[in-house]
Amino acid sequence: MDYTERLSNVTVLGAAGKMGSGILLLSALEVADLMLKPENKGKNFVINAVDVTTEALPGLINYIRGQVLKAAEKKVVMLRKVYADRQDLIENYDIIEAYINDVMSLIRPGTRIEAAYESTLVFEAVSENASLKTKLFRQINENNPRKPWIFTNTSSVPIGGLDKDAGLEGRILGFHFYNPPAVQKLVELITIGTNPEGMKEFAMQLAKNMRKVVVPSNDIAGFIGNGHFMRDAIYAIEEATRLSAEMPLHEAIYVMNRISQDYLMRPMGIFQLIDYVGVDVVRFILNVMNPHMPDENLHSQVLDELFEKGVKGGQFSDGSQKDGFLKYEKGKPVAVYSPEKNGYISIEGFAAKVDGWLGVLPTTAIPWKSLVKASDKDNVAALAFADYKKSGDTGAALALAYARRSREIGAKLVSDGVAHSAADVNTVLLTGFFHAYGPVNDFVL
Amino acid sequence: MKPSKKIYMIAGYNTISMGTGRKEFNPKKERPGLEHYLKEAGQATLGQIGGAGNVDEGVVGNFMASRFNKQGHLGAFMPMVDPGLRHKPSLRVEGACASGGLALVSGIKSVLSGSAEVVLAMGIEVQNTVKAIYGADILAGAGWFPRRKDGHAYFFPGQFSDRAGAYYEKVGREKARKAMAKWYRNAIENARLCPTAQEFENKIVDLEAQAMMEPNPKSFTDHLNVFDCSKVSDGASAIAIVSEEGLKRCGVSLKDAVEVVGVGHATDDITALPEDLTRLTTIAFAAKEAMKSAGITVDQLATVETHDCFSIAGILGMEAIGLAPEGKGADFVLEGNTSRDGKIPVNTTGGLVGWGHPTGATGVHQAVTIWEQMTGKAGAAQISIPADRPYGLTVNMGGDDRTVVAIVFKKTT
Repeated sequence: MDYTERLSNVTVLGAAGKMGSGILLLSALEVADLMLKPENKGKNFVINAVDVTTEALPGLINYIRGQVLKAAEKKVVMLRKVYADRQDLIENYDIIEAYINDVMSLIRPGTRIEAAYESTLVFEAVSENASLKTKLFRQINENNPRKPWIFTNTSSVPIGGLDKDAGLEGRILGFHFYNPPAVQKLVELITIGTNPEGMKEFAMQLAKNMRKVVVPSNDIAGFIGNGHFMRDAIYAIEEATRLSAEMPLHEAIYVMNRISQDYLMRPMGIFQLIDYVGVDVVRFILNVMNPHMPDENLHSQVLDELFEKGVKGGQFSDGSQKDGFLKYEKGKPVAVYSPEKNGYISIEGFAAKVDGWLGVLPTTAIPWKSLVKASDKDNVAALAFADYKKSGDTGAALALAYARRSREIGAKLVSDGVAHSAADVNTVLLTGFFHAYGPVNDFVL
Repeated sequence: MKPSKKIYMIAGYNTISMGTGRKEFNPKKERPGLEHYLKEAGQATLGQIGGAGNVDEGVVGNFMASRFNKQGHLGAFMPMVDPGLRHKPSLRVEGACASGGLALVSGIKSVLSGSAEVVLAMGIEVQNTVKAIYGADILAGAGWFPRRKDGHAYFFPGQFSDRAGAYYEKVGREKARKAMAKWYRNAIENARLCPTAQEFENKIVDLEAQAMMEPNPKSFTDHLNVFDCSKVSDGASAIAIVSEEGLKRCGVSLKDAVEVVGVGHATDDITALPEDLTRLTTIAFAAKEAMKSAGITVDQLATVETHDCFSIAGILGMEAIGLAPEGKGADFVLEGNTSRDGKIPVNTTGGLVGWGHPTGATGVHQAVTIWEQMTGKAGAAQISIPADRPYGLTVNMGGDDRTVVAIVFKKTT
């Protein structure tokens, strides 16, 4: 089965979710490119968009249509060539409309798993629940005579286990997009020894056509991305808990969020990132990873407490941020959750006091926005760390400790055999998390 | 066309050329429409000529409000500018990007015919209502529609990219690219001196290096990059065209007027292809006609406002006007002749590349710029007009060298 045939009948499971909708979009654009090639005229292509939530499907279709429109507007120069023989399509507007209709005609939304019974390729982006995934894979595998390849978007569940439990005979690999898939450049690719011939090559080609950067990761729970993020998050929570001997926990949370954003020059603070991903999702991923890590305890009591109180973070359907560790107004944190008070406490009320306690942020610590635009990001970032080392302030000391821990986590992913190299770890953080410099960098030492 | 009596332009006004590059511009927010720009420009001119009561006729140049704004019938906006214009004759004229120039020609003819002593001439276009990729469809209406299908997604950039490609063959690619980059630099440096210019706030240090960016045929055209192109602009310009009697009626002194001494208005077959991509033959014809009717030679010009919708159009324009011999336009620009301190400063407030190109307004904007320069009202952008060369020329082009209006102005003494 060649590349084109492999993509002739695709199913996206969990298509209405945040990850699933992005994967559906990227697949639809790729399959449309194939469909519109002259040599594929007359061939049939289908993408089944399967999700259990019926209500989400109309919104999904609108989302895809809007995104395909944007994609089409960017590539009209090429599309005019594709539709050169269609005499009825004259203006850019006509061509863009025709392209959208062609892409949308590929997509069959529905709620039934049976749609996948004829598929040659299945993308899975359902919730991070190994037994649910296993059940779906087994059901598809037993009913689909075409022996489909399964690309799971799991960010934490080991692939080998899924393969064995669902009886897939190696026809599964990890193809892990980052959120949002249409924007983030990274795909973590997790192959297993029993993958059939050509499967990895197909995955590499597909990722390339989707304009993604592929980083291979070994099949160890959490892989590289969550392997780093989860440990980084636990460190921040532990540090906040430690600092809560000196100040209320909500102030300590503010401290660590500020250290990880302003001092480490990252796009957002660690607690904001946890909220972005979802307190519930982070907790779930930890629960998936922890049993696979006999020497570590990847668990957080604080997360459990928040979860039990219904503080979950994540996003509303319009993409705006739900409250989690932090409370947001117009996307900006304005208050911090206090477990003692079971409510949010305004940052304005304590920021000056806590900032004073942290000390002076050196001018070399520039905002992430400026740092990512620098041509020599590592050297620019190094200037700030040099200043932290000279400074006697508490904030600088916390920042150094944070960065060193982050480096240690990265280095351990290499020594544990999760990542092939420190460069791969850095690429994941740069392209999947939008960091301006990789964690495995000597200037933090 | 040689004016059969004394004819002047007075009381010019340009709105800001609004679009990307201006701080005030936010594509996601609701923006002013046709009404706003017409009122601002029209009222500003009326304010300088003693009010609407002094006006006999109105004319509006506009290219494609019918598509950009879903609005036709622009002549009837004149009384909205000022109720004093109610029941006075007013019309809208169209000749693609030369619509503004046609508004001037129409006003000049009214004054010459004796039907009016004072004409309020305006030009307007509000183009940021659609994304550039759809704007390209609309602007393609300046070409022959049956050729749209085989044209580039960005139709006119595609046309002038072909011209640039032919010019590269003729004079050498490197020299041509360098001259185009120099053209861009001059345009931006001049625009920085004019507060209404779209590129007024451009802060790029090495403009020529920026403009030397390699064209990318995958996302744009084969031979042009975005710096070779004028931007998408919203704006309006207004000026009054008057007889001697009109000048008196408006209470404007002669030193605040510029005289119209020659007009060249030419068209060529829109369904035909250019005979030679490296020559702008209709511009050549119209410019020659304008200078001949004014009784001057090209050496008597102090300044020129030429239609540089693309940098290559500016350079080919230098040859067509006769400032540079054929094939020497690039050298002429590279030698600095067209720069602010050169032999003949061209597009002194940035031209279409630097000031902006609200298509239907451009012809009027060019006249306003010459009027400012000839009456000492150009502010920081002011150049000196040598006493032995008291003439200025505007060249306004519609489509790919299909409609051209060229006007020779003379500083009053």
